[in-house]
Amino acid sequence: MDDLKKLRNTLLEKMKFRENNQNAQVQVQVKVAMATCGIASGAKEVMDFMAEEFDKRNIEAVVTQTGCMGYCYAEPTIEVKLPNNEPVIFGWVDLKKADRIIEKYIRNNELVEGIIPLNFASIDDNLNDETTERKKQIRIALRNCGVINPENIDDYIGRDGYQALGRCLTELSPDVVIDQVKKSGLRGRGGGGFPTGLKWEITRKSVAKPKYVVCNADEGDPGAFMDRSILEGDPHSVIEAMAIAGYAIGAEFGVVYIRAEYPLAIERLKIAIGQARVLGLLGRNIFGTDFCFDIELRYGAGAFVCGEETALIHSMEGNRGEPTVKPPFPSVSGYLGLPTNVNNVETFANIPPIITKGAEWFASIGSEKSKGTKVFALAGQINNVGLIEVPMGTTLRDVIYEIGGGIRDSREFKAVQTGGPSGGCLTKKHLDTPIDYDNLIASGSMMGSGGMIVMDEADCMVAIAKFYLEFTVEESCGKCSPCRIGNKRLFEILEKITKGNGTLEDLEHLRTLGNVIKDTSLCGLGQTSPNPVLSTLDNFFEEYYEHVVDKKCRAGVCKSLMKYIIQEDNCVGCMACARNCPVNAITGEKKLPHLINQHICIKCGACMEKCKFNAIYTN
Amino acid sequence: MSHIKIQLKPRQVEQLQEVCQSFNNKPGELINVLHKAQSIFGYLPAEVQEVVAKELNLSVAKVYGVVTFYSFFTMQPKGIHPISICLGTACYVRGAEKVLDEFKRLLKVNVGETTPDGKFSISCLRCVGACGLAPVVTIGEKVYGRVSPDGVKDILKEFE
Ligand SMILES: Cc1cc2nc3c(=O)[nH]c(=O)nc-3n(C[C@H](O)[C@H](O)[C@H](O)COP(=O)(O)O)c2cc1C
Repeated sequence: MDDLKKLRNTLLEKMKFRENNQNAQVQVQVKVAMATCGIASGAKEVMDFMAEEFDKRNIEAVVTQTGCMGYCYAEPTIEVKLPNNEPVIFGWVDLKKADRIIEKYIRNNELVEGIIPLNFASIDDNLNDETTERKKQIRIALRNCGVINPENIDDYIGRDGYQALGRCLTELSPDVVIDQVKKSGLRGRGGGGFPTGLKWEITRKSVAKPKYVVCNADEGDPGAFMDRSILEGDPHSVIEAMAIAGYAIGAEFGVVYIRAEYPLAIERLKIAIGQARVLGLLGRNIFGTDFCFDIELRYGAGAFVCGEETALIHSMEGNRGEPTVKPPFPSVSGYLGLPTNVNNVETFANIPPIITKGAEWFASIGSEKSKGTKVFALAGQINNVGLIEVPMGTTLRDVIYEIGGGIRDSREFKAVQTGGPSGGCLTKKHLDTPIDYDNLIASGSMMGSGGMIVMDEADCMVAIAKFYLEFTVEESCGKCSPCRIGNKRLFEILEKITKGNGTLEDLEHLRTLGNVIKDTSLCGLGQTSPNPVLSTLDNFFEEYYEHVVDKKCRAGVCKSLMKYIIQEDNCVGCMACARNCPVNAITGEKKLPHLINQHICIKCGACMEKCKFNAIYTN
Repeated sequence: MSHIKIQLKPRQVEQLQEVCQSFNNKPGELINVLHKAQSIFGYLPAEVQEVVAKELNLSVAKVYGVVTFYSFFTMQPKGIHPISICLGTACYVRGAEKVLDEFKRLLKVNVGETTPDGKFSISCLRCVGACGLAPVVTIGEKVYGRVSPDGVKDILKEFE
């Protein structure tokens, strides 16, 4: 117990030191968002430049790195806090802009363009407050992303980090911890939405030993980057939560299974684990109790199906990542045949606040059957591409028009795809549906891990369905035939349709075959893979119909259905198109209207580009 | 297996053995060992797989099965500058296919191939999670965001 007291005191001191530092308010503080997107846009250069210039220009300032602030559309982003001022976030910061920010804002407190309004409530805000409600977003899982330096454990501790673990180990019995998680109503954020507390309880009750805690950081859903952002911006929250899970279920060993495509997240996790070990927050006798827990990393190697928990466990064991039939569930027989509790990154990130702020607090957010918030990666044809966290039950309209800033180039909204290759499309008629697990399933889609791809009138829904099926065909592990062969056939039919050779019968086949695959596949991959087809068939049947009957693609995406046509009235017969046609498909006399031979045309568009008289159009 | 026959030098075999030892020659560490091996050799030819199999006391077939299951592992040597075009959904709807076509056109190779001078190879991947910058291309460790077909030429110029 002495050890524990000492540790607590050092932690407290550390926190105080930080607070004093903040209260002193003498220094300019600059935070640069250094997640993968930020770095790719030049955030590192901006950070180095600012540090150097502050030195040169004799400005007393601290420059630190932080994780994703969520404004991917405006990368690189930085936050500047002048003494006695509220922090201000600037977007689109290149070196020139950084220079202006230093000279104008930091030196003279004059505003510079490109300020991003703060659009979320933080975890400590009063939730019943009116301004909080207007903000639409509440950051719980992302509470530290873009706030702390992810490579410095002191920052995390300064934001109440490891308090939840301390509290669990010293004040709460494992059963009480599980009870809290159950009461909070937290459901798995990895896609399935299984109640987390219940899963912990089942694993706790399994008798075999040892037990394992696994964090699923495979995030294979293309278009999703929530888990990456959490790991890059706040790795300790996941580590702390895994230790809490270990305590609750009776495990001493944790594994993070992370995809190899995320090098920065891997590096930051490694640093965080190292720091936690040094402070005794991982390892033997944590907080002076007899609880021991440590974490290792395992890497994925580019296989979507490995996100499925049984496949993931086989991959962890060094095998091909093929799924197996459930039951037995991993909670009973998982890694090395032993009870294993698998949770998603975001699920874990929600645990510490549930312990520190209480289950009732968490359960007060969200909708009736889906509690808390959900992080979404908003991407595609939307103005404010980025990472958002909204209470469950928020409508699609709020997400797209309020937070997302509407569709790019003021085009018309067509659909949003959620749930990735397992999900479906939501359309205009779903704009006012509150987003939660059950409503999404009722609308023919699913929550998935949180990717939200917005599409507009320029996207062809048949081509999108084909895109997902191509993905599934490539990623099917091949173990069961409905998935291996059925999806291939689905893909072939879609290809036939986009090539202009489809029939109405094919549309029937898509539906029957899709339903058979759903009913007979072994794992979640095959059971959901026809969803993109079935949901677009339901919501955009007229587009399929046009492809098949009118041989037309209204979005102009399916090239085979496109025709380049010369409008006689505008054609002056200059021959520019004919000369530039790579396959000599254009004929005609000089000064007379030309003609494109549709059988020879390869639809490269060279003629349209070269025509100075706007005489060539596509149907 | 692979149609390229290579002869591992004794030093290389030793290097592989060291990798396996660093994971205590545990069969369960196969995937970690292969990651390490690929980072050393750039790819995983049959000869490398044979050494790994022997060291971890696994059958060559098992190692081959794992190598071919995961798309991250390759049995073909990649170019000095491996180009990966992200074909994740966000990149796809923002025109990644046109970017891919432009790379193919300029380099005159297909996906999965390497230019005759060994300089560039093209592959596709699914989502590096930088969807805010779609379409995204990575060359080696570097990430290029908001790539347009017109910009491909300039990117390749950086490597001349
Ligand atoms: C094909 C397929 C892919 C999956 N991919 C992921 C993934 O990338 N990340 C994840 O957390 N869960 C994924 N899951 C869900 C997991 O199987 C599992 O339900 C989840 O990790 C449990 O954690 P949770 O209860 O915290 O959500 C996938 C499931 C299927 C069927």
